[in-house]
Amino acid sequence: MAILVIAEHDHGTLKVATRNTVAAAQKIGGEIHVLVAGHNADGAARAAAQIAGVAKVLDAGAPQLGELLAENVAALVVALAKGYTHILAPATSNGKDVAPRIAALLDVQQISEIIAVESPDTFVRPIYAGNALATVKSRDAIKVITVRTTGFDAVASTGGNASIEKIEAPADSGLSSFVSREVSKSERPELTSAKIVVSGGRGMGSGENFKILEPLADKLNAAMGASRAAVDAGFVPNDWQVGQTGKIVAPDLYVAIGISGAIQHLAGMKDSRVIVAINKDEEAPIFQVADYGIVGDLFKLVPELVEELKK
Amino acid sequence: MKVLVSVKRVIDYNVKVRVKSDGTGVETANVKMSMNPFDEIALEEAVRLKEAGIATEIIAVSCGLQACQETLRTALAIGADRAILVESGEELQPLAVAKILKAICQKETPQLVILGKQAIDDDSNQTGQMLAALLGWSQATFASKIVMDKGKAVVTREVDGGLETISIKLPAIVTTDLRLNEPRYVTLPNIMKAKKKPLETLKPDALGVDVAPRLQTIRVVEPPKRKAGVKVPDAKALVDKLRNEAKVI
Repeated sequence: MAILVIAEHDHGTLKVATRNTVAAAQKIGGEIHVLVAGHNADGAARAAAQIAGVAKVLDAGAPQLGELLAENVAALVVALAKGYTHILAPATSNGKDVAPRIAALLDVQQISEIIAVESPDTFVRPIYAGNALATVKSRDAIKVITVRTTGFDAVASTGGNASIEKIEAPADSGLSSFVSREVSKSERPELTSAKIVVSGGRGMGSGENFKILEPLADKLNAAMGASRAAVDAGFVPNDWQVGQTGKIVAPDLYVAIGISGAIQHLAGMKDSRVIVAINKDEEAPIFQVADYGIVGDLFKLVPELVEELKK
Repeated sequence: MKVLVSVKRVIDYNVKVRVKSDGTGVETANVKMSMNPFDEIALEEAVRLKEAGIATEIIAVSCGLQACQETLRTALAIGADRAILVESGEELQPLAVAKILKAICQKETPQLVILGKQAIDDDSNQTGQMLAALLGWSQATFASKIVMDKGKAVVTREVDGGLETISIKLPAIVTTDLRLNEPRYVTLPNIMKAKKKPLETLKPDALGVDVAPRLQTIRVVEPPKRKAGVKVPDAKALVDKLRNEAKVI
């Protein structure tokens, strides 16, 4: 059995999601190969070769892979698929974009966002925004899977010494082209891999008011997130959204500030180790999942919290 | 330009889902069903394209039980011109739905197919991408903005790092994210008008599609519950708990 893991990277560096996905591959068992599809992504390929447990890195560098357009990446993976029993991608926006395209081209039913491996053909995945867990068994010869990264602890980034094999990519499909990207710049840790997350909700009242969370996030070295309500209201950018249809996070500490705790938000953070809620409404559903709650005015409590943390 | 939109009948998003005690699935009897919210956004976008004079006809398609007719009537009331139900009692998985939609696209030759990015029941997030693959068409997933431009669609996508804009050649598949638009409310006159719009029913066999499920559901269980913790009086007490009890900071 050989397993192909599609790496998540920004060409120069490899994202942690790749190592979470390798962890899922190890649970399945078999020889693990990592595919780095990109352009000038040798840095990511070298990092992939260092990952503990990886046997081989396939480095497909080509200009037409530079923007990771699904049509071109899927064509590449399908050309490689024959040698594998499993093809795994992290359930990131890239992974979710390309994996079903690969699955359909191989005529297999993808298994989305697995959180556990029961056997090489049986997996656990959340459905209904995590309100139920389904155990599903695949009858397909090749299993195409996306991996919810919070379900698997990342394997070590060092300790491996895989060979790197350069491979050719199919020609550009000509179906789509890249226009532009607006990347939210931040010095903070990445939301999906941060140890601590500070999130704000509708209760923040405005985008301007989110600034009061910054000293707290700074003090905790936390990533910043938001509820759907706060994103819909235009307080913060879309990529801050934590929830069923946003990002799924499971940090050691999740601080929910002015967030009521709608089901779809809980779906994105309820696997956090410790949850703190600050809300003026003592009936807010967030308190039903919070380990520690404070009922009160966030505009008073957050600065107080920062002061206490300095002590 | 013809636009095709697929709509799924799912448990209403406000319903608290209950897992059946025998572990075979979730309770669907006597539960309120609605159109998948992402599909509503897809349909709204198609209607706006028609109102802008870009789309000429909107076809709504649903796959599943006869009861999906209700969902299609809602689609017609929102503004679809006609509807197709592909009726099947099977559990239709994304690959099967994509194959059905492919067969319909080959018959109807739309220039644009808009789908919700995921259904809120199985949370698969697959059908649009699969349909694009099977047709060999371009795809733009998680759209927050669509601009039609001479044989192309310029689509802004919600991605992990922010926003990305790509240009896709028509015919194409677009899947919708939350912030593409805000769907309109259905009005009574439009509900009345929808009753007179054509709704065709087909069977997967007639389309030559094998819909047998590939994934077998072994069991469905409730996730482990989190217990509510304690309320603390102030910031000082909270920091103390986090430092000395939870030891997370």
